[in-house]
Amino acid sequence: MTVEVKHGYFGYTKNNEILRDISFVLGEKEIMTILGPNGIGKTTLLKCMTGILQWTRGQTLINGTPMGTSWEAQKQYPVGYVPQAHSLSFPYTVREVVTMGRARHIGVCSVPSKRDKEAVERAMDQVGIGAIRDKECTQLSGGQLQLVFIARALAGEPKVLVLDEPESHLDFKNQFMMLKLIKTLVKEHDISCIMNTHYPEHALRLSDTTLLLGKNSYLFGRTQEIINEQRVKEYFDIEAKILSVPHKDETIKAFVVLGGLDENL
Amino acid sequence: MLSKRQNLKFIWSTVLAVLLITFFVSLFGGRYVISPYEVSGILIDGLLGEAGDGMAFSVVWNLRLPRTLLNCFVGAGLAVAGAAFQGIFRNPLVSPDVLGVSSGAAFGAAFGILLSGIDHLATVMALLFGIVSVFMTYTLSKLRGESSTLSLVLSGMIISAVFSALISLIKYVADPYDKLPAITYWLMGSFASASYSNLQLVGVPIFLGTIVLLLLRWRINILSLGDEDAYSLGVNPVKTRRVIIIMATLITASCVTVTGVIGWVGLVIPHICRMLIGVDHMNLLPVSCVVGAAFMIIVDLIARTVTAAEIPIGILTALVGAPFFALLFKRAKGDWQ
Repeated sequence: MTVEVKHGYFGYTKNNEILRDISFVLGEKEIMTILGPNGIGKTTLLKCMTGILQWTRGQTLINGTPMGTSWEAQKQYPVGYVPQAHSLSFPYTVREVVTMGRARHIGVCSVPSKRDKEAVERAMDQVGIGAIRDKECTQLSGGQLQLVFIARALAGEPKVLVLDEPESHLDFKNQFMMLKLIKTLVKEHDISCIMNTHYPEHALRLSDTTLLLGKNSYLFGRTQEIINEQRVKEYFDIEAKILSVPHKDETIKAFVVLGGLDENL
Repeated sequence: MLSKRQNLKFIWSTVLAVLLITFFVSLFGGRYVISPYEVSGILIDGLLGEAGDGMAFSVVWNLRLPRTLLNCFVGAGLAVAGAAFQGIFRNPLVSPDVLGVSSGAAFGAAFGILLSGIDHLATVMALLFGIVSVFMTYTLSKLRGESSTLSLVLSGMIISAVFSALISLIKYVADPYDKLPAITYWLMGSFASASYSNLQLVGVPIFLGTIVLLLLRWRINILSLGDEDAYSLGVNPVKTRRVIIIMATLITASCVTVTGVIGWVGLVIPHICRMLIGVDHMNLLPVSCVVGAAFMIIVDLIARTVTAAEIPIGILTALVGAPFFALLFKRAKGDWQ
């Protein structure tokens, strides 16, 4: 399944557009990262793309057809959106939360069927949270909760997974596990993935394409061509070096911040 | 340790057994004591359509049976409405009372009584003002640009205060020998006026509202996540929430109409049930119905037996409910936001 955004514009207020003329294409089984400074509109871009917010102009095309309003379109083109992990109003168990990911397959007046329950178990196994399935979500760590939200999206059997900073608030090991999980999901389950991140390293390591979002402009292309020292300077106001670290039979890119361009830093 | 399914079965059979027992006890218990054996005979006679004779038959068949049935309807209705409200407003502290539906409906009913006594007009007015008050609360909380817990509760307090003042105004102008006592006694809540015609009057809307809420029970889980999550899961929460508000309001207003203001049931029963069976609304709503019905039967049994003159039930539910809630508050884990 391909996702294409064509000339997307969005502003929370009429005269203040924060996204202007955004276009990009996500191919089948591809991973795309969105990089940019805080408050630039990365999360907004994801929400517009998935239909949680409506583009003021422009549209999202799925397999070449316009998506329309989200909840109707999502029935046909399941897009799994994973928000940043947030607390829940009630102490639902992990299984109950993941079951809610089936919502688009369950009628308004129905309860989860056997098929739904099977999909839920599958989703929990995919992200490896089977062991905590009966725990209450209020007792989980930030990393576990983020996994629960991913399982919830997977339970809906999406073709595209959209993640909003999935590795933020996680420690090194869990960040690494998260990236590995995303890679595995894309490789083994025939889905594509778009994610926001604050780490150029993660983008370099994980993604096929990258969208670099700035105040008045953006860049979109193959990750290896998009992320370089010059661009980082331009978009983040920071002096940085990208190093190559050989490890076993691959080369891992490392990202080192040298200093700020602003003299006060 | 029981498995989850066995556990569910065990809880269900327990609460159903408790309901059946309380139902039967309330038929022979009371100031006029009738033996359980005699009650069984009367029930069989009545069901076969043979009008029995004597005091006992009349007490059981014409007074206690409709009253106990009304207990069930009102208890189940208030509890399920409370559970649904708490779910869609994402807050375990809201109840039909907090959003102003009770004072709105009470104002409507008092106004109706003032105009023409306790009849269909009072019912319609109670229903109408119940819906109006919840709508006003909701709109007011949205004015702040966010529907946070705090703004909802505050809006409910404001609307309740307005309607309470209006109720006082009605009491002030009501005929002190005739209408005023009727309104005052009615406001404290009582099942004393229970009859088959009463039961018919409110049974239908309560039954209808409860069935709709029970059908939507799993959807309430999704709504409890908030709008953005609901949209991202492919669900448009707006329409469903509106239906739930209307149904819960219909139930509460109907209950208020026939029994007066009975507080605390809609707040406390869902909490007890959450401790019993968990927070998943799929199980919570039906269990709340059963537990609410049993609770109401027990409290009403106390109301009509402990003293020669009946104690208004609104007083009892508050006296039982408030300390119980304090206990829950103390025991609850740290997830009360």
